Amino acid sequence: MITTQNLQFSYNSKQNFSFPDLKCESGNTLLITGNSGKGKTTLLHLLGGLLTPTSGNIQIDDTEISKLSPSKLDAFRGKNIGMVLQKSYFVEALSVLDNVILASWLATGKKAKEKAIQLLTQLDLENQIHKLPAQLSIGQQQRVNIARALINNPKVILADEPTSSLDDDNAQIVADLLANLASKHKAALIIVTHDQRLKSKFTNAINL
Amino acid sequence: MIGKIAWKNMWFKPLNTVLSVLLLTASVSIITVLILLQKQFEEQFTSSMDDIDLVLGAKGSPLQLVLSSVYQIDAPPGNINYLEAKRWMENPFVASAIPLAYGDNYKGYKIIGTTPEYISKYGGKVAQGNVFQKDFEVVVGYEIAQNLGLKVGDTFLGTHGDAEEGGEVHEDKPYTIVGIASKTGKILDNVILSNIESVWNMHDHDHSHEGEEEHVHADGEVHNHEHDHEHTADCDHDHSEIVSYEGKEITAVLIKFRNKMGIVTWPRMIPQNTEMQAASPAIEINRLFSLFGVGLTALQYLAYGIMLISGISIFVALYNTLKERKFEFALLRVNGATRFQLLKLVLIESLLLCITGFVFGMIFGRIALYFISLSSQAEFKMAFNPYQFIWDKEGILFLITLFVGVLAALIPAIKAYYLNISKTLANA
Repeated sequence: MITTQNLQFSYNSKQNFSFPDLKCESGNTLLITGNSGKGKTTLLHLLGGLLTPTSGNIQIDDTEISKLSPSKLDAFRGKNIGMVLQKSYFVEALSVLDNVILASWLATGKKAKEKAIQLLTQLDLENQIHKLPAQLSIGQQQRVNIARALINNPKVILADEPTSSLDDDNAQIVADLLANLASKHKAALIIVTHDQRLKSKFTNAINL
Repeated sequence: MIGKIAWKNMWFKPLNTVLSVLLLTASVSIITVLILLQKQFEEQFTSSMDDIDLVLGAKGSPLQLVLSSVYQIDAPPGNINYLEAKRWMENPFVASAIPLAYGDNYKGYKIIGTTPEYISKYGGKVAQGNVFQKDFEVVVGYEIAQNLGLKVGDTFLGTHGDAEEGGEVHEDKPYTIVGIASKTGKILDNVILSNIESVWNMHDHDHSHEGEEEHVHADGEVHNHEHDHEHTADCDHDHSEIVSYEGKEITAVLIKFRNKMGIVTWPRMIPQNTEMQAASPAIEINRLFSLFGVGLTALQYLAYGIMLISGISIFVALYNTLKERKFEFALLRVNGATRFQLLKLVLIESLLLCITGFVFGMIFGRIALYFISLSSQAEFKMAFNPYQFIWDKEGILFLITLFVGVLAALIPAIKAYYLNISKTLANA
């Protein structure tokens, strides 16, 4: 479960954001929509602990993440927050499988190889695991991203425009996968998007 | 796992990697060769002069005298009168005096007429057989025996003058190998030793048979000049049974003093009173090293210059890829990597390049030394050991290499450390 209260953030004196309070239970999906410049990505980065709020609270289960020290926050993020980013980034030199394993190692210090293979198989990528990320299609890459976000059984999954670069079919597949896997892994899923295709799919939405 | 990423990254950009490693390999191998060469060169030179305070020989270049008589490298400056030398050899200051008489060679290896003391001087003994006693009996150095496959009991013919330029072969007086010296790692391994009389008699013989023929001797080789010298009427020319020292010549005398005063006084006294000079190996070799030193230092600077360039190449490679890799770094942070782990990643990548370059450099340096050794063995009878490790100097070289790696990675690593993840991801 993730909740926020009176969340505010400013890049500088002219750019102030104040965000409505959010609440997303484990297993549920919350859609955050809004036009460009409304601070969608900023909010997502705040929730993921990549930015520190000017004021307000962010609570993930019992942890107040805005109060964590930078190194604790890094560790917390690794263990409890899975992020699916707009574009797919990888450690280009590592194979698909190693990229997913890497996420488990960074968070826990252990290499969850079995689980990584299992997740990738679930996402229909069992034939791609030894390829380099650049050899995959964009849709496949996004699915690897999802596998990576899920590898540590996170409490929260944050997705930033996960479907914007995908065609309709792939967007459908990715959205379904995210929602199903989030509920299956009992994670709170927050999707930031302006993608109309998703708005019709998820009813629980907040407009910034 | 960080190490694995660094390793995989290294091979992901093979061209960058190869360039950086190549430059480092070049500089490390040059420095390795220089370190080994200098050390072994100095060792061989100083060990050979361990027990020699002064060299007595013909007037001329003192360096030439030392090189020829102690190291068997150069041609000797000339000959000295044996009787004259003998007076100084018997001086009470002198602890030991070893006469050397050069004459023939066998396949380029010098045959030296001397006393058995020469062997013990270099810490050697006769490992097989016996020491030479009669004329034309020789003890062969270890390396020669190995290289030419000689055994005790073999005979061979000496050549007067340069063997390759068609020197004159003494076909009627073969040498017999009666002993093989033990391995010393010194000059003793590369010489053939006989008694002095062998050298004299070899050429006595020559002259009595070929006296009419005109043959030009290479400078500094011992001939018996009895036939040319003016002798008093009652001088006995019986040189087959009784050895007369009158008019006999030798090439040099290696002297060790009982009283070290001689080292200081003789180099002045001897040229004033005789037709000889006394040269100190220590002084001459120091002079030689300081001459070499300039060249070695220049080469060393060159090698460190190449190392600097390789450092810059690593820096440029890391810095250039930083721009494309910042998303990768941001991603690692999102997945829970700490700032410090990113710093470590960049540092390890740089150090991996440096260590790879260092290892290749050590290997190639030694391969190079092996070939240098082959040619120096052929030309100067001086071998170098490529398998020697000089831990202190090579250790310092390793530290310098690591330092270059750290220096090259410093700015990229710090930039990775302070990477703003949110901004990087938002501006994608």
